[in-house]
Amino acid sequence: MPSLGATYGRGAATLPQWDLANSDCVLVMGSNMAENHPIAFRFVLQAKQRGATVIHADPRFTRTSALADIHAPLRAGSDIAFLGGLIHHVLEHDLWFRDYALPYTNLSTIVDEEYQGPEELDGLFSGWSEESKRYSPQSWQYQGVMMPSSLAEAFIETEGFCEAVKRLHEGPTPKDPTLQHPRCVYQILKRHFARYTPEMVERATGCPREVFLKVAEALARNSGRERTGAICYAVGWTHHSTGVQMIRAAAILQALLGNVGRPGGGILALRGHTSIQGSTDIPTLYDMLPGYLPQPHALKPHQDLAQYLEAETNPTGWWHNFPKYAVSLLRAWYGGAGNKENGFGYDFLPRIVGDHSQLPMTVAMRDGIIKGLFVMGQNPVVGGSNSLLVQRGLAQLDWMVVRDFAETDTASFWRDGHLVRSGELRPEEIGTEVFLMPASLSGEKAGSFTNTHRLLQWHDKVVDGPGDSRSEHWFTYHLGRRLKSLYADSTREEDQAIRALTWDYPVDEEGEPDAEAVLQEINGYTWPERKLVQDFKELKEDGSTACGCWIYSGVFPEEGRNLARARKPDGPDGPGTHLGWGFAWPDNRRTLNNRASADPEGRPWSERKRLVWWDEDKGEWQSPDKVDFIPTKRPDYEPDWEKKPAGMDAISGHQPFIMIPDGVAGLFVPSGLKDGPLPAHFEPVESPVSNPLYRQDANPAAKRWEHADNPIHATGDPRFPHMLTTYRLTEQHSGGTPTRLVPTTAELMPEGFCEIPTELAASLGIRSTDWVVLSTARGEIETRALVTDRLQPFRLDGRLIFQLGLPWHYGWAGYATGDIANVLTAVVGDPNTAMHENKALTCALRPGRLPRGKGES
Amino acid sequence: MTERRRPRRSLTRKSAGALADWSVPRQLRGAPDKTKAAESAMSRGLRPRLEQADKVGTSICPYCAVGCAQLIYAKDGKPIHVEGDPRSPINQGTLCPKGAATFGLMLSPQRLDHCLHRAPGAGEWRRVTLDWAMDRIAHLAKRTRDEGYVARLPDGTRLNHTLSIGSLGGATLDNEENYLIKKLFSGGLGMVFLENQARV
Ligand code: SF4
Repeated sequence: MPSLGATYGRGAATLPQWDLANSDCVLVMGSNMAENHPIAFRFVLQAKQRGATVIHADPRFTRTSALADIHAPLRAGSDIAFLGGLIHHVLEHDLWFRDYALPYTNLSTIVDEEYQGPEELDGLFSGWSEESKRYSPQSWQYQGVMMPSSLAEAFIETEGFCEAVKRLHEGPTPKDPTLQHPRCVYQILKRHFARYTPEMVERATGCPREVFLKVAEALARNSGRERTGAICYAVGWTHHSTGVQMIRAAAILQALLGNVGRPGGGILALRGHTSIQGSTDIPTLYDMLPGYLPQPHALKPHQDLAQYLEAETNPTGWWHNFPKYAVSLLRAWYGGAGNKENGFGYDFLPRIVGDHSQLPMTVAMRDGIIKGLFVMGQNPVVGGSNSLLVQRGLAQLDWMVVRDFAETDTASFWRDGHLVRSGELRPEEIGTEVFLMPASLSGEKAGSFTNTHRLLQWHDKVVDGPGDSRSEHWFTYHLGRRLKSLYADSTREEDQAIRALTWDYPVDEEGEPDAEAVLQEINGYTWPERKLVQDFKELKEDGSTACGCWIYSGVFPEEGRNLARARKPDGPDGPGTHLGWGFAWPDNRRTLNNRASADPEGRPWSERKRLVWWDEDKGEWQSPDKVDFIPTKRPDYEPDWEKKPAGMDAISGHQPFIMIPDGVAGLFVPSGLKDGPLPAHFEPVESPVSNPLYRQDANPAAKRWEHADNPIHATGDPRFPHMLTTYRLTEQHSGGTPTRLVPTTAELMPEGFCEIPTELAASLGIRSTDWVVLSTARGEIETRALVTDRLQPFRLDGRLIFQLGLPWHYGWAGYATGDIANVLTAVVGDPNTAMHENKALTCALRPGRLPRGKGES
Repeated sequence: MTERRRPRRSLTRKSAGALADWSVPRQLRGAPDKTKAAESAMSRGLRPRLEQADKVGTSICPYCAVGCAQLIYAKDGKPIHVEGDPRSPINQGTLCPKGAATFGLMLSPQRLDHCLHRAPGAGEWRRVTLDWAMDRIAHLAKRTRDEGYVARLPDGTRLNHTLSIGSLGGATLDNEENYLIKKLFSGGLGMVFLENQARV
């Protein structure tokens, strides 16, 4: 999550879920937590029982709203207008936590004089190129200082970057602690959010002014020394073309209110799949290597290891250790084949050339660039945007391997898919060779998952999966073994990477590789002795250590001690940090940036919110948590700038955000984001209305893939007058495979449906359970109507706008079926993450059914 | 191991027994309603299913990222029960409707226990062995990779990559599995179209 990464230094939940019980106020927004993360929502209710105020801001009235003290309804996609209004309110009425925010954020930092924002440029930031449709962040820098990003990729495409960032060794970033300087971040924020008044919030979001003000007051009231508030979000924020900036707005608000790094405070990213955090940390993603290291890019100064390390190593802050982590990863992957000449194997690594994420992958399949596809535990026919484009893409492949516990919609696209049903293609015309292989489930294999709050938890193998079911350890390991033998005699340069790859995991009698041996490699060991390292502080950049993912280092500190398997919770009288239950990255720290729970002098802000404090006698920080700071760094430590300090030496004793090069939270983000240093409200790419805030309608930097099979509706297209938002159900899971194919959950939610507001249904003569057809320029689906008052229509500039809600789990496979919601959605996305925008798009609605196709006689 | 068994009785004896079993009179007589009074001949004969388990292991819910801990009970190598782990500070023994469906997931009648192959243009699956599938996949992966491999740009810049194979998935898998997938596909084969559900 680049938003939290850019603001606080790490793109992950800042607090453990159970700590929500210590909150005085919980805002759930961009999430229907009661229904989609029900067990975590218990902690919100525990907080409520202790007197906390619970707020749900959402287009739909759901069970989360029903249990909240305040439900603030808002138009899908207008979240930044709402959050911007909250920031405006807090600044305007001086409700921010000054003693915290002044030292711990960049509020006082002075920004380059070239910087201009949407106030001056009517919706654009300075640095926009109309030609390339991209921003240059040059003018977003601090005065006289180039800031590298704290995200995976530190390097910023600007002239003289590598030299310019060295200025960070020479002194602190320019500041005006009086906050009077017109270009200090505080003044910029005030100007930037000036137009986000309660009146504007009401107009842009549809949320009544009084309700909005109640929310603002509750948040402000529950902040400061004695009180803290938390924000929980899920894909209701990320699935927008402005998703990253929505979370950014929340992150700014939380830092202003002094809610980060403190008990009951922070931002909880609620993630969908069981180990989605783990698969981002150890990324099966195109743009990163394990531990948030950038995948080398052919068009960046990444030609060889020396260049890569120079471009990507931040001069100051914790990320200065980057070379140790990069070299240790290379050692883990290429072992003895790595040497000084090939950069420890860096020369083997593939280079990316652009965006290779799932949305462009879909287009690349359709265009015949991708010819073979592995699908492991995913169901892109249901989960991928623009499902017809996905299905056309699958039909173009030479081969596809699907690994799952049963036949998924993706596996059977050639027999049951839309193209076959509609008569567009017959199975004989689909040339894709398909393999469907049974996969083991979690009780049938051993391994670890990383949950939504960075907690690694091991699961045992208890039984064998049925028949030929195998784990992905097994599949990947044996595929690798076969490939290594196919390439064993090759002398071609391009085959040396696979030959060099270390692949010697011990296997049991069934050929299953030992998952603990893999976790040990992830943890790291000395090389070549293979003695496990205690944590990432032992890693070296000279090739004498190997480590598969530095942030997980410490999970297996010695033989026989797999801490992901630790199962010792605190008792009722314990501190409640549960350090003995699982292992949280990094270094078992449960609350990130927890140095901020003490004041600059090292004293807790209050007894009530005590978590970390400086003990002068011991000369050490104390906490029931692991301290997210240098344990012995005094609170009054100041860098000696004469010595040109590097790394953590350049971070003072009162700068808690150690992953950020200047040690403070970035309210204004100079580097790393592709659509601006501050959040601004833009309409969704498809919206029935123009932007009430700026002349610029949609996020100018939003990703759009122009393709004949992917037409996009223009703003206000009268053919598609309604807003559509997709959502999830408690009883179904994501692409539906593990619930639609299971009798109990299928029975609980047996069929697809669409929520339709009462007034709209009445005007079209639609009653509940009637068939209706939803359509966009991408496709049409039929489903049953559920007429409801849960989705309020909104009036914007005199026009009544209806919102429809559509669960997206359904498909043709299994017991619970329905048309695929993603037939309607488009391949468009956020410029930072390439995440799609399925929470807000436009559509048409009519009563009736779809004509049955030729293939369905 | 005790078996669940109901005694066979004649109809009259049955109704007399049922009357004697009826808890209300006993409650009225003052027997505690949660223990003694609640007992019946049938309930006395019931045994907890978990008693039959010959193995129990810790697990983590395979659905969402809350990370609820589970206990899986098995008998003769088959799961017989899945429940929330009461020790967990996250779920304290509870599970939501999805987590509670884990047992049903493991035993779903839809589960596949053998490999299937659909030849180009075919109208149905045919059954194949795991070994055959693995060999064929390795062969196809090598061929497709080699055909699409680009070592360098014309100006000599290293690419080391193939655009011709993609991979989707990972968010439902173990960290160790993700690690092996990334290592083999990216570090070994040079694949760059490598994605999971993090963005969807
Ligand atoms: S039991 Fe429910 S809340 Fe808990 S991890 Fe499973 S799906 Fe998530």
